[in-house]
Amino acid sequence: MKGLYLMIPMAPLIGSIIAGLFGRKIGRTGAHTVTIAGVAVAFVLSLITFFKIAVFDGETFNGVVYTWMISDGISFDVGFLIDKLTALMMVVVTFVSLMVHIYTIGYMADDDGYQRFFSYIALFTFSMLMLVMANNFMQLFFGWEAVGLVSYLLIGFWFKKESAIYANMKAFIVNRVGDFGFLLGIAAVLMYFGSVDYADVFAAAPHMKDMTIQIWGDQQWSVMTVICILLFIGAMGKSAQAPLHVWLPDSMEGPTPISALIHAATMVTAGIFMVARMSPLYELSETALSFVLVIGAITAFSMGLLGVFVRSEERRVGKERRSRWGPIHYTMGASAYAAGIFHLMTHAFFKALLFLGAGSVIIAMHHDQDIRNMGGLKKYMPITYWTSLIGSLALIGFPGTAGFFSKDAIIEAVWESHLAGSTFAWICVLLGVFVTALYSFRMFFLVFHGEERMDEHTKHHLKESPKVVTIPLICLAIPSLVAGMIGVGPLLFGGFFEGAIHVDEAHNVLEHMGEEYTGVFGFLIHGTLGLPFLLAMAGIYTAWHVYMKRPDLADQIKARFRGFYDLLVRKYGFDEFNDRFFAGGSRQLAKVLFEKGDATMIDGIMVNGTAKSVGWIAGKVRNIQTGMLYHYAFAMIVGMLLLVTLFVLMG
Amino acid sequence: MASGFPLLSLLIWLPIFGGVLTLAVGKGGSRDIMRKTALGVSVVVFILSLPLYTGFDTETFAMQFGEKASWIPAFNVFYSLGIDGISMPLIILTTFSTVLVVLAGWEVIEDRQEQYMAAFLIMEGLMNGVFCALDGVLFYVFWEGMLIPMFLIIGIWGGPRRIYAALKFFLYTFLGSVLLLVALIYLYNQTSSFNILDFHMAKVGMTAQTLIFFAFLIAFAVKVPMWPVHTWLPDAHVEAPTGGSVILAAIMLKMGTYGFARFILPIVPDASAHLDWLVIGMSLIAIVYIALVALAQTDMKKLIAYSSIAHMGFVTLGFFIVFAIFRATGNTHGAGLGVEGALVQMVSHGFISGALFLCVGVMYDRMHSRNIYDYGGVANTMPVFASFMVLFAMANTGLPGTSGFVGEFMVILGSFQASFWYAFLAATTLILGAAYTLWLVKRVIFGEVGNERVAALQDLNMREFVILGSLAVLVLLLGIWPAPLVDVMHASVNHLLEHVVTSKL
Repeated sequence: MKGLYLMIPMAPLIGSIIAGLFGRKIGRTGAHTVTIAGVAVAFVLSLITFFKIAVFDGETFNGVVYTWMISDGISFDVGFLIDKLTALMMVVVTFVSLMVHIYTIGYMADDDGYQRFFSYIALFTFSMLMLVMANNFMQLFFGWEAVGLVSYLLIGFWFKKESAIYANMKAFIVNRVGDFGFLLGIAAVLMYFGSVDYADVFAAAPHMKDMTIQIWGDQQWSVMTVICILLFIGAMGKSAQAPLHVWLPDSMEGPTPISALIHAATMVTAGIFMVARMSPLYELSETALSFVLVIGAITAFSMGLLGVFVRSEERRVGKERRSRWGPIHYTMGASAYAAGIFHLMTHAFFKALLFLGAGSVIIAMHHDQDIRNMGGLKKYMPITYWTSLIGSLALIGFPGTAGFFSKDAIIEAVWESHLAGSTFAWICVLLGVFVTALYSFRMFFLVFHGEERMDEHTKHHLKESPKVVTIPLICLAIPSLVAGMIGVGPLLFGGFFEGAIHVDEAHNVLEHMGEEYTGVFGFLIHGTLGLPFLLAMAGIYTAWHVYMKRPDLADQIKARFRGFYDLLVRKYGFDEFNDRFFAGGSRQLAKVLFEKGDATMIDGIMVNGTAKSVGWIAGKVRNIQTGMLYHYAFAMIVGMLLLVTLFVLMG
Repeated sequence: MASGFPLLSLLIWLPIFGGVLTLAVGKGGSRDIMRKTALGVSVVVFILSLPLYTGFDTETFAMQFGEKASWIPAFNVFYSLGIDGISMPLIILTTFSTVLVVLAGWEVIEDRQEQYMAAFLIMEGLMNGVFCALDGVLFYVFWEGMLIPMFLIIGIWGGPRRIYAALKFFLYTFLGSVLLLVALIYLYNQTSSFNILDFHMAKVGMTAQTLIFFAFLIAFAVKVPMWPVHTWLPDAHVEAPTGGSVILAAIMLKMGTYGFARFILPIVPDASAHLDWLVIGMSLIAIVYIALVALAQTDMKKLIAYSSIAHMGFVTLGFFIVFAIFRATGNTHGAGLGVEGALVQMVSHGFISGALFLCVGVMYDRMHSRNIYDYGGVANTMPVFASFMVLFAMANTGLPGTSGFVGEFMVILGSFQASFWYAFLAATTLILGAAYTLWLVKRVIFGEVGNERVAALQDLNMREFVILGSLAVLVLLLGIWPAPLVDVMHASVNHLLEHVVTSKL
């Protein structure tokens, strides 16, 4: 069994190494063959694993591959924990990754770094698999940082572009701020549990509920709260939660397939997965849950507002800037882990679909990304059109699509929760529904409908993208349609995650919802009559009215809310603040420390000063050496007298 | 090992004689034969050092491969050698680094190359001597002797300000050495022996312990170097030729921290316990303050030099957290992570800083500039080199999967057990280390081709590829599987920890 599981991350890794080291030798075809083969193997084996564990209720696997090191009696292992949660994540990750790989053949066809790109995305898949399959905190941290590394490489893929190499550095450092908290969280786990192994830690966790730690003064803080919040700081970095969301917008500097990988399928889901994995810990601290809930809500709310106004300015297709992970996070905070993972899954499908659809449009437009030059593409690109429509409908939660079921479950779960901050969170989700519908359909209308604004030359060459692009689109469109219907029963209310996710009786909102659950159709009807659906429809209508029918309205609105608008365009000034305060501040501080501390204080005064004073004293001492015998004799006598006196006094 | 074969002596004297041989060959013969002689000697010494690992008994803390002969009977001075799990990895690191340094000086050193090679070989022997010596006087002789070749390397083959740098290096370390000698003589008076293991057992009062502590601290802190006696290092690195920088960073700095483990902790444990806040404070300042100072550098070598100081802060921090843990819990559980982490960090830093200095050397050989702003877009013309540079930069930021992660991870986990705030400040390296390293990479490696000279750069030749490639393999290997290194340390580290928490008063 272990061999099979080991193959899953190793296959993409081997592909990545071959494509990376021998890219020039094996050529383009060789590079994409070997990486796609690797990821395909991982996908097939993940499917087998999923069926074995999830469908046929196989045993959960928890085993060590090798012992990384033993120090101080603590064993640090590399090993796998494969339960239903992991199995589901593995399938989602490898499936989306496989689609992205195939799609990349078409998208990167003209790029010089073709082999390098395949090597990176296969490495990404490996890192993500190591992350979700880990059975201990050390390996989790490895996967955690490894996806950070590959995203650094991918965002800066076009390393000649100044904006790209700025963005990747920013992404890495901001993620490191999160990892800083994460690492301290792991250190806390090790200190209180004496192990970094999930099984040991989760088993011992209930006994630690009342332990306290002293960090500042005499205040006693709950150990579980401290651990959970520290770990969540890591998730805030990876999942781009406020205030660590700032790296995500810039991460669009990389090629489009990366956006699908980073945003939809892998990296940003790491945070959500981590919270679900750690549910036995989070359930022990209501404070931490509320923290998660509120951070998620703030992210969703502020980014939602940003969406309404800034989105209307966005001219580049597929350059989605908003972090949509707020909602999932507050679902986690509301202890509806299953709903969060469910949405993570459906979201992975349709978000990847949307990014890849946008990429398909970009290919047709010869890498021109300005939507002012598009319009009316429906008749040229039917497959891209229909799949994008499915993606957009799923995104806004149109009844029947995958997004509908998962999103509705989230809204219900937050509504049912009694934790501090849950009402605020609920309002934020509803606002989000409207905003999402508004801007995603604005984009959709401007690209596929209306007048054709491209120049004649481009128009002449417009055609549907090649098969390597459209087949992944279709493959992603299918689950975007049906995954919800299939998944809602077993995943949410069927106790699918039993044993993998732990929920305390007191905040088990999903069980409460489950009592009212009457089947897919009941859920469908219930949702269609609800407020979220009306809000989504209102959003689509507004998009159509403002951008298709009365384009002048947009400018009027913008003019009226000038000041507010400016604030939003500057993204609440987060970037500026960070640039000035953190980046600029530390550079300034660094300069001062170097010039005043090292150069002036230590070298100037202490070191060279010592040298100078030695020289000065030596000069003086030289004067004493007069060369006259009686001076020396006099000095000797004085010295003798002093010594004799000293001996007499000391007895 | 009772085999009686004087392996350690061989590792000390073979390179020294090899150095003399190289000089002799170089005097009359061809340059090529001389270079090959030097390389041959260094490779043979490296191969000879491997049995230290394969034949090492991990079960015992006792000194192994021991040799003992009377040297100056009047003062009870012995030629006494032996190694344990703390010194053994450092010797292999030394013999390995010397091979790389000889290779690195293959073409670029044109002036008096036989002397250059000889200096490194002789220094290798002396450095091995430092790590093997179990007698205080012998240790001191090697310790001082080692300064001379380094002084010459900086002073002869260094940059424009080499005289200033060489003198600063010499005076700084010499000042420390004098205090070391005083402390050793005091200990001899107490124990009538110069055996370092006898020093470990010597009962010393608190006042004397405190004085000895400061004497040792100054001697070793200069070498590490710790803040605030670190300013000689950036100057020395900047002026030293590439090989000098590599040895300085990879081995010489470790002498200082080795002194902490071999002298300060076991000889004056009570003073160490009493003054642990001082060392921890200096270590944390090194980690935070020096990392910030690194951010301000525009000279690549200076930047890496400062980065070295910050990383060495983890070593001294790891050594000293044991006392706070012992005070809080009454046992040393968790401190082992700190000490072993520190030792791993010493080896790993040897690889990574050596590799980074070699990378700068590769660029300097082509462009004759160390200024960051003379570069930009090197990845366009040197893609293979750029891959290595990014790998070592990532290792320098402590990325899991590379050796840079292992030591820092262990020290941070260990220091959390001593105090949340120690771990908090130490973990800032995740952010600051990434900031200065990646900013360097961004400005040098990425971007459009900076200027015509960058456009004309040639990628790595075979020799450079082998050097950087072998380091890359080691950095990754140690990151993926540190157990083989950590396992040899357990017995010695556990013994050390037991020893330091037992009061000598």
